[in-house]
Amino acid sequence: MVLHFLKLEWKQFFRSAAFGKSIGVKILLAFFALYFVLMFTGFGIGGFYLLKKQYPTKDPLFLVNSFLLFAITADLIFRYLMQNLPVLNIKPLLVLSIKKNNIVHFVLAKSACSFFNIMSLFFYVPFSFVLIKEGYHTNGVLGWLFLMFLLIQSANFLNFLINKSNIAFSVLLTIIIGGFLIQYYNVFNIHQFVGQGFNFVYQNPSYSVLGVILLVILYILNFKKLKSEAYLDEAIATKVKEANSSDLSWTEKLGDVAPFIKNDLRLMWRNKRTKSSIWMLAMGLLYGLFFYPNPMYSKMNFMPVLVGIFSTGAFLINFGQFIPAWDSSYYNMLMSQNFKYERYLKSKFTIMTISVLLLFVLGIPYVYFGWKILAVHFAAMIYNIGVNTHVILYGGTFNRKKINLDEKAAFNFQGTGAVQWLIGLPLMILPMGLFALINYLVSFEIATVTLGILGLIGIAFHQKLMATITKKYIANKYVMIHAFKQEN
Amino acid sequence: MIQTTQLSKKYGQTAVLQIDALEIPKGQSFGLVGNNGAGKTTYFNLLLDLIRPTTGSVINHEIQVNQSEAWKNFTGSFIDESFLIGYLTPEEYFEFIGDLRGMNKADVTSFVAKFEEFFNGEIIGKKKYLRDLSKGNQKKAGIIAALIGNPKVVILDEPFANLDPTTQIRLKKILKELTENKEITLLVSSHDLSHVTEVCERIVVLDKGNVVKDIETSAATLQELESYFSI
Repeated sequence: MVLHFLKLEWKQFFRSAAFGKSIGVKILLAFFALYFVLMFTGFGIGGFYLLKKQYPTKDPLFLVNSFLLFAITADLIFRYLMQNLPVLNIKPLLVLSIKKNNIVHFVLAKSACSFFNIMSLFFYVPFSFVLIKEGYHTNGVLGWLFLMFLLIQSANFLNFLINKSNIAFSVLLTIIIGGFLIQYYNVFNIHQFVGQGFNFVYQNPSYSVLGVILLVILYILNFKKLKSEAYLDEAIATKVKEANSSDLSWTEKLGDVAPFIKNDLRLMWRNKRTKSSIWMLAMGLLYGLFFYPNPMYSKMNFMPVLVGIFSTGAFLINFGQFIPAWDSSYYNMLMSQNFKYERYLKSKFTIMTISVLLLFVLGIPYVYFGWKILAVHFAAMIYNIGVNTHVILYGGTFNRKKINLDEKAAFNFQGTGAVQWLIGLPLMILPMGLFALINYLVSFEIATVTLGILGLIGIAFHQKLMATITKKYIANKYVMIHAFKQEN
Repeated sequence: MIQTTQLSKKYGQTAVLQIDALEIPKGQSFGLVGNNGAGKTTYFNLLLDLIRPTTGSVINHEIQVNQSEAWKNFTGSFIDESFLIGYLTPEEYFEFIGDLRGMNKADVTSFVAKFEEFFNGEIIGKKKYLRDLSKGNQKKAGIIAALIGNPKVVILDEPFANLDPTTQIRLKKILKELTENKEITLLVSSHDLSHVTEVCERIVVLDKGNVVKDIETSAATLQELESYFSI
């Protein structure tokens, strides 16, 4: 039985959409995973010596212990936001002759092996090795490590019991904020208290069995809960959200592109994948704050160009790079509807231009860091409207990958191909390089003006450029229809 | 009038459709039947210029569909769920289609209201996105959307599939009324022989991409089709 399940898992993994992705994306994902593993392992090995150096009078293990309450609470919050019990794919198993108990055990066991549980072990295990090497009691350290392992697993199961309840979430937040405040105002030394507790386990490793009891209790609770809910109308049901219609009649002012713009706005609000792009706007807008206050970067004259292009073009880049793949799931319908392709592309252009203008206005407070910065941002805005919108629309004709709007966005590379990487070149590097060059050879003012003029030239040739781009889209129509039908 | 001449579609060496000549006069209700893989959907996709013909052409009211896009003005269609925009509510979807077909919101609302019985209270005002509707209800929305904007040609692929019996009967009524005045050319495909004989005045049977029967519907047609398919 277990073998069957494992086989299914194996196939699911290797046949999943993520695995069939292009080699570039695979490498990138592997790189991310490796990065995290190395980070944690690095902290695990180096952490001991780092703490020793920073606080020579204190015991590093005790320091780690005293922060564990926060670490665990933070872990729970992270899980609360990110982790879901993997129940949806057991639906086909329910009617087969498999005992429900086995299915439930399987789901729970599978969750125990999740990424969230393994990640922190990359810290704890090397850390324990170092402890033993540095002369701590082997038994004590192993007992402590065992307890950590149990606590991670307990957190895993506790998270599913909490099951997205807002009350539990506020409790977690209260613990972390309250704990910090109590510590900060010296009301009560939580660090000391918690640290002593874990140290006690180190000194008496047999007490780590307490963790086993906790884990078993949580597991049983989970088991009972899940077993009673393993029905299509409960745990396995896909949640249906009520539609919220907001009044978008103001878009009518934009003329014949209004229906498409209305759609695009709804597309962004109502789909998981696109919602994150909205957060990216805030990120892009605040991007400058990473650089401008830092005197190290203020010497680099091309920095404002990067920030300017990125902060005014955050939406342009995020949204634009997947035109027309956003509409891939109903591309057939669009192609049999009564409108000119030009109008469709014009709507995309309009929405991107509005976003650039809006983001520039929102970014005006950057003037605090000097008028030069605002001037460059202004030039970058014009460049974005005049050049980058056209470049990205042209790049769209190379999009051949369907996007499934319902899937989550984090680490989702669906729809990403070589185009997305290549397009970044003219989009970001070219204006930066050009600016840096002219700035070096001539002057800052001329460099800024050049950027603006390039943008103005783009705007002047807008009609011509759009006509060329439209032709290219029409030429690629059948290929795109075919490609967007494929599930990748 | 829809004229098909020397139309063929090949994928590599396999021919999936081969129609030498087929004329569908204006106002005709035309039914397409055939087993899976007979080429029904391929033919409709060619009519809508969603795939490129290997040879030949389709001329829809004097417009060759892969040369000009003017046929889109008067052709309404619903092929499958990929014609729906999942994140819109049905009302918003109708409004969008109406916009593209030059109807304002009020016109669309009053047009759609005529089909309240067909919708059976499950489409309008339900505060649900199209993606969250059942297959049958999605189909209802898609079919009505194809009728928005006074099309001269209506193309429906398998309109009866996934619908409940009551809705099937109501749909037949709608389709019959649609072609009553001989103004609208209706093209439907179906696996349900009795429905298609009831709705259509002419039935063409496709097999492996070829037209094997072209029948003017009469009382004997259903019998004839049943005996043809019960091989």
